[in-house]
Amino acid sequence: MITTETGWTEAQVQSELAEAIKACTREVFGTMLNLELAPGDTFVESSEAAPASGVVSIIGLAGAWVGSGSLSCSARFACQMASHLLLTEYEAVDEDVLDAVAEVTNMIIGNVKTGLENHLGAMGLSTPTVIYGRNFQTRGARNQEWTVVPFLLDNERMCVQMCIAPNPDAGQRAMRPGFPIPHVLNI
Amino acid sequence: MLDVLIVDDSAAIRKILQRVLRQAEIPLAAVYEAGDGAEALEILKNQKVSLVLSDINMPNMDGLEFLTRLRAEQAWAKLPVLMVSTEGSHAKVLEAVERGASGYVRKPFTAEQIKEKLAGLL
Repeated sequence: MITTETGWTEAQVQSELAEAIKACTREVFGTMLNLELAPGDTFVESSEAAPASGVVSIIGLAGAWVGSGSLSCSARFACQMASHLLLTEYEAVDEDVLDAVAEVTNMIIGNVKTGLENHLGAMGLSTPTVIYGRNFQTRGARNQEWTVVPFLLDNERMCVQMCIAPNPDAGQRAMRPGFPIPHVLNI
Repeated sequence: MLDVLIVDDSAAIRKILQRVLRQAEIPLAAVYEAGDGAEALEILKNQKVSLVLSDINMPNMDGLEFLTRLRAEQAWAKLPVLMVSTEGSHAKVLEAVERGASGYVRKPFTAEQIKEKLAGLL
């Protein structure tokens, strides 16, 4: 059984991950967007949960543990997010909206990472990659399980999801975060 | 009157920080924006800047490298630099302070937190 530096099992890491995602997402939305989000029931998926259309923002993590974090939502939710963050009304997805979604993702995943570092060791964070379109799917090339936390706002759903696993190369060579472990996009 | 340089790869954060500075009623002469540390150094070479707000995780040149290069120049040795970053671990904050950061605010931040830190720096 794999345990962390502080004795957590991998199952504990996944459970703590869900709680950290809920807490950090609510903190970011409450502090920066002045919005109260209600988390739904956490679930686990073997491939990344992504909408058939909308906005997906992805960030890679690398260090003693490696993985990815992402935020996915509809275009309408993305516009609401940007409007609250920048105090400007957005009705269509543009550069400002994509940048706002990227920054919100960065703050959520970055804070989850900081919380986990005490148990998992230091990790680096990549800059976010944002994708907007229709009829696309994203999935990690590695067969990893994603911890998915859905949130609701005015009947619109947003999902924050992360997958993280011990780095088999940790200690052998320094890892730098880049684009999340080989990723496949079908657009 | 202050000449402020905001360094962040997110245009959204640059816009929010400008808003916070205006809300704090800080007298601004000019606000310059840079998307990474390298751009920020170029602006510093050509403009008079009296306060820097900088992110850490940025492409090309990150905030810690920027801080190191900035402090290596005698002209900017005492320039107030407030780091505003998602990186919140004790080790990262300590590293920023060791490299010469004047203050540190973790994202997400409130306008009050930024105002409070700036009050201590200016």
